[in-house]
Amino acid sequence: MPRLSEGRSMSLIAAERICVGFGGAEVLHDVSVGVQPGEIVTIVGPNGSGKSTLLRALLGILPVARGRVTRAPGLRIGYVPQRLALDRSLPMTVRRFLSLPVRVSDAAARQALVRVGVPDVGTFQMASLSGGQLQRVLLARALLAEPQLLVLDEPTQGLDQPGEAGFYQLIADVRASTGVAVLMVSHDLHVVMAASDRVICLNGHVCCEGTPKVVSSAPEYRALFGLGTQGALALYQHVHDHDHTHDHDHSHDHPHDHEHHHA
Amino acid sequence: MLDDFLTRAALAGVGLSLATGPLGSFVVWRRMAYFGDATAHAALLGVALALASDLPVEFGIMVVSLAMAVTVAVLAAKGWAMDTTLGVLAHSALAFGLVAVSFVPGVRTDLSAWLFGDILAVSRGDLAFVWGGAVAVLGLLAWRWQALLTATLNEDLAHASGLNPDRERLVLTLALAIVVAVAIKVVGALLIAAMLIVPAAAARGLSRTPEVMAGLAIVIGAVSALGGLHLSLWQDTPAGPSIILVAALIFAATTALGRRFSG
Repeated sequence: MPRLSEGRSMSLIAAERICVGFGGAEVLHDVSVGVQPGEIVTIVGPNGSGKSTLLRALLGILPVARGRVTRAPGLRIGYVPQRLALDRSLPMTVRRFLSLPVRVSDAAARQALVRVGVPDVGTFQMASLSGGQLQRVLLARALLAEPQLLVLDEPTQGLDQPGEAGFYQLIADVRASTGVAVLMVSHDLHVVMAASDRVICLNGHVCCEGTPKVVSSAPEYRALFGLGTQGALALYQHVHDHDHTHDHDHSHDHPHDHEHHHA
Repeated sequence: MLDDFLTRAALAGVGLSLATGPLGSFVVWRRMAYFGDATAHAALLGVALALASDLPVEFGIMVVSLAMAVTVAVLAAKGWAMDTTLGVLAHSALAFGLVAVSFVPGVRTDLSAWLFGDILAVSRGDLAFVWGGAVAVLGLLAWRWQALLTATLNEDLAHASGLNPDRERLVLTLALAIVVAVAIKVVGALLIAAMLIVPAAAARGLSRTPEVMAGLAIVIGAVSALGGLHLSLWQDTPAGPSIILVAALIFAATTALGRRFSG
């Protein structure tokens, strides 16, 4: 495994000083982000801060007005959309859904469902799944493409707190076992920040960026989310102390080395 | 065998169903019912223009239908209110067509054949056109099937998988224009959209996957065509409405049946 501490040149996907607008209104201004192999990056920000817009620009769905988006050649992306508007007119079993757009074997489909913790839903109609089951099935489909990068847009919207925590734990497990990089967007801070290596605080531009610890104590972050977010820090430190016992020396602009995850 | 007008009529109905089953399923899944109506109604204008300029009628229908379909697609992309826009376009196309046809000598007397279909008068040449068009549409849809389904489910999901939803929409638009030209002889301009929607809707209640629904829609469409033909022949009823009448009865039956299964 190559060392990953060389900075943005190793990015799987990166936005360099992009501006994105809709009909004159600029939603993103001069935003630069990059995701290195194997890291979990979370974009947080208030509603309307351009989080989903940034994801969609990175995926190539939205054109950028200025700047550029670069991807590693042949990058395989697994995408979990914010929600799937399931029209009842379209009959679709979970098993059939997993074969879109690339057909997969029954064995691979079963294995993917087992991995995300919903082994028995294969014959269910997509429209009959609960919110939590649906998110896990969406994740299973994304994982079947054997992605190098998972992109998740507010993946736990509509889940209760235990469901949310369980889902992020699942993401962390998947990363630990496959080494997939994860880029996700969230407006809920506490749980998601604990599960991240790096947090980007967005509000039309990048307010601050760094480890959860650094971001949650940054004045820009406090200004956006207030002081009531101490809980995030406490939770983060708790999980952090148990998961990684060695020393971290993080700074704002240098994504840290991830070799310890595979050691 | 093809010398018998009844055989030709039956084959025309079955051939048309091959295309309307799968395409109609997409019309239902993507809520394009009105879109189908606007395209089909434009066919009458195509008939008038083709006859006035001595071009093949099928050619005129396909060109005008395609022009209408593209117009609607462009307006939709620009964010026009689709319900109103399609309502205006669908009915204006019909009005323009009816007025245009009144200027063309010979068609006037024959108008009900264009509006309601004339399946009993299908010639060998018509039959070849119906089957050629239907097989072309079936092949087009089969070729793009996985991509079309993915884009129908969620456009962002398709994008992230490297597909282009706009291209898939164009595939459906093209298929629709071909089907309109093929179907006008069998069910008439007024009921082409019904031939797309009713069999597919009837198949929905009995289907668990998209493929089963498309296949069943073909079967139901074919049975409706044969039943309608029978009715038209023995009761001297107009062909198109008779076919749709049978399809509607099947819809009522499968809906009641489907409700009993799921209830």
